[in-house]
Amino acid sequence: MQLEVNGHNTFCYTGGKAFDPAKPTVVFIHGVLNDHSVWILQTRYLANHGWNVLAPDLPGHGRSGGEPPATVEQGADFVLALVEVLKIKRLALVGHSFGSLIVLEAAARAARAAGTADGAPGDKISGDPSPPQPVRAPDAPAGEKAPPRQAGVTVSHLVLAGTAAPMKVSQTLLDASLNEPLKGIDMVNVFQHSMLAPPPSTLGPGTWLYGSSRALMRRVLASNVRTNVFHTGFRACDSYSKGEAAMKEVEAPTLFILGTRDQMTPPKAAQPLVRNARHGKTVLLPAGHQMMSEAPDGVLMALRDFLAEA
Amino acid sequence: MAGYQDPGFDTLALHAGAAPDPTTGARAVPIHLSTSFVFESSDHAAALFNLERAGYVYSRLSNPTNAVLEQRVSALEGGIGAISTASGQAALHLCVATLMGAGSHIVASTALYGGSQNLLHFTMRRFGIETTFVQPGDIDGWRAALRPNTKLLFGETVGNPGLEVLDIPTVSAIAHDAGVPLLVDSTLTTPWLMRPFDLGADLVYHSATKFLSGHGTVIAGIVVDGGSFDWAREYAASAKFGELAAPYDGFHDMVFTDESTVGAFLLRARREGLRDFGAALSPHSAWLVLQGIETLPLRMARHMSNTQRVVEFLAKHPFVARVGHPLLETHASHALAQKLLPRGAGSVFSFDIKGSRAQGKAFIDALQLFSHLANVGDCRSLVIHPASTTHFRMSDEALAAGGIGQGTIRLSIGLEEPDDLIDDLKRALRAAEKAER
Repeated sequence: MQLEVNGHNTFCYTGGKAFDPAKPTVVFIHGVLNDHSVWILQTRYLANHGWNVLAPDLPGHGRSGGEPPATVEQGADFVLALVEVLKIKRLALVGHSFGSLIVLEAAARAARAAGTADGAPGDKISGDPSPPQPVRAPDAPAGEKAPPRQAGVTVSHLVLAGTAAPMKVSQTLLDASLNEPLKGIDMVNVFQHSMLAPPPSTLGPGTWLYGSSRALMRRVLASNVRTNVFHTGFRACDSYSKGEAAMKEVEAPTLFILGTRDQMTPPKAAQPLVRNARHGKTVLLPAGHQMMSEAPDGVLMALRDFLAEA
Repeated sequence: MAGYQDPGFDTLALHAGAAPDPTTGARAVPIHLSTSFVFESSDHAAALFNLERAGYVYSRLSNPTNAVLEQRVSALEGGIGAISTASGQAALHLCVATLMGAGSHIVASTALYGGSQNLLHFTMRRFGIETTFVQPGDIDGWRAALRPNTKLLFGETVGNPGLEVLDIPTVSAIAHDAGVPLLVDSTLTTPWLMRPFDLGADLVYHSATKFLSGHGTVIAGIVVDGGSFDWAREYAASAKFGELAAPYDGFHDMVFTDESTVGAFLLRARREGLRDFGAALSPHSAWLVLQGIETLPLRMARHMSNTQRVVEFLAKHPFVARVGHPLLETHASHALAQKLLPRGAGSVFSFDIKGSRAQGKAFIDALQLFSHLANVGDCRSLVIHPASTTHFRMSDEALAAGGIGQGTIRLSIGLEEPDDLIDDLKRALRAAEKAER
């Protein structure tokens, strides 16, 4: 499905089903140098089991136009703008890695806005009916318009896969992503996989995940000739410091899906978020960072069962 | 697998795709001789059929043993995934049938295995797919042969049996400028000698019957996708490859490029090509190929060293008119082979004796270690006369274009003691010299 979000064409995978306002909606947000296709073995199932699925390519990634989010906050702005375009009032949010921080921030904003709509002090943006505006960077000069916040959206479920707070990126990887992105891709590719014999995966039996992940990262990097989405994404992860605070604000039940073999966001790195989740639950899977492809059924079943909870 | 670098070739040859069996602890890959696989539930069954979940349904589509082979060859080639097929010819047909239909056009090298040339020149033409053949080294010829309906460029990494080296970086650039992929048959080089994806190819296939298996025991093929060709972008630009980027009414209007950004080709090839044409590989055959691949690095090193010894011997023999191996500076592809194939240009090559066709026959009949048969890439050394066997359906002009004369003899150098191979050749050449012209 093609949508216009913030004036830019946005590609949203819907699992082969048309968007139906009568169904509950779950939005999937991918990580750095990924796109919608990393969710294929979760989204298509849910789309055929009663859910609207929206798995966008983030702005400036793959088939979506616009500027890639330079911060987690900008990513959250995009998610809330996407939701507004479709007039969705209640949704589940699922994110992986960088995407997990984006949906966390979006869920916190939604909760904050809902709180102020209920009379909580201090948030004058709640109830603002104006469409989302282009956002400024966190360090932008004072006086610029503050980031928009969404009113009237309820996050029913929040799922954070392969997450961490803080999500620091090593200087070596930051440098490689900027100066030698193809070498950086190879480095990330090794770190994000944990097995030489994965189960049937994104292309069915016979999928070689080291190769398919590398090809996807190269394709997404090449999809944006103006901005290095690799470095931009890594820098956004590295600089986001509001994870714990955001987690405290989230009202929605929260599922953490963590890979016991994850070298990039090991389970212990998620504990600051786990500790601060009001209604948290953790599922550990024997997988690396790319758990959606290394343990596709495990991730799917965790999602399915969690989303089935009221 | 926790490490700081990609696993090396020799490690992947042993481990890619295979882990100890979680149920039995079996360390070697089990042979899953089962046509079908039990569903966990009705929901699981429906989800597998609708590609909502990944798994095994029916062995014509996929099989756990075959999947190990597919992952392993993908790993060695640097691809994203693979599909094993009943033969190398089935692999080539699967590629063509997945990418195009009637009204499409292919540009292919003249230096092809006779069966491949026949498939493209005669058989596919009957189904409305035309092929223009060009000399692999004629770069302007590749460009000139392109048509608006061209959907594939195709060649062998090294031609059979002339060992003309395909300039993959240059030919792939021509293909990509024209918005079409480059498919290569990498049978004779294997990923140990060359990884075509690293040079610009988009799709690779093997007759796994040959070096991958390596023991002359099995007929098998495999197609590997490099995941580099952007089918969706090309469809948007030129409307080509709607097979992958437009709704497919044979699978509930699935758009394969939406399902997978990099793997649309493999999705359709398995869902349609294997499903409908049915050229699936037996799991037993897949296992035999896997056994071969486990020693591929060791075997290829020996194939190359033995070949060097034999080529050097033949090149100095007074009764030999020509040796067609890029090891020699006289070969047209010598320089290109040094660049693209630093480990060697293969162990299948041809040579001409100075005698008549009858003397050529006497030579073959006098060989004792070399087996006279229609195969290459065996651990045993092999010999054949292409013009009367593997390439017999080709015209004299086509044979000449492929570098094959009436007196050409093809060797496939095996793993025997090299001195014994040279003794055998020496004895047979002597017999040929003494034979009646």
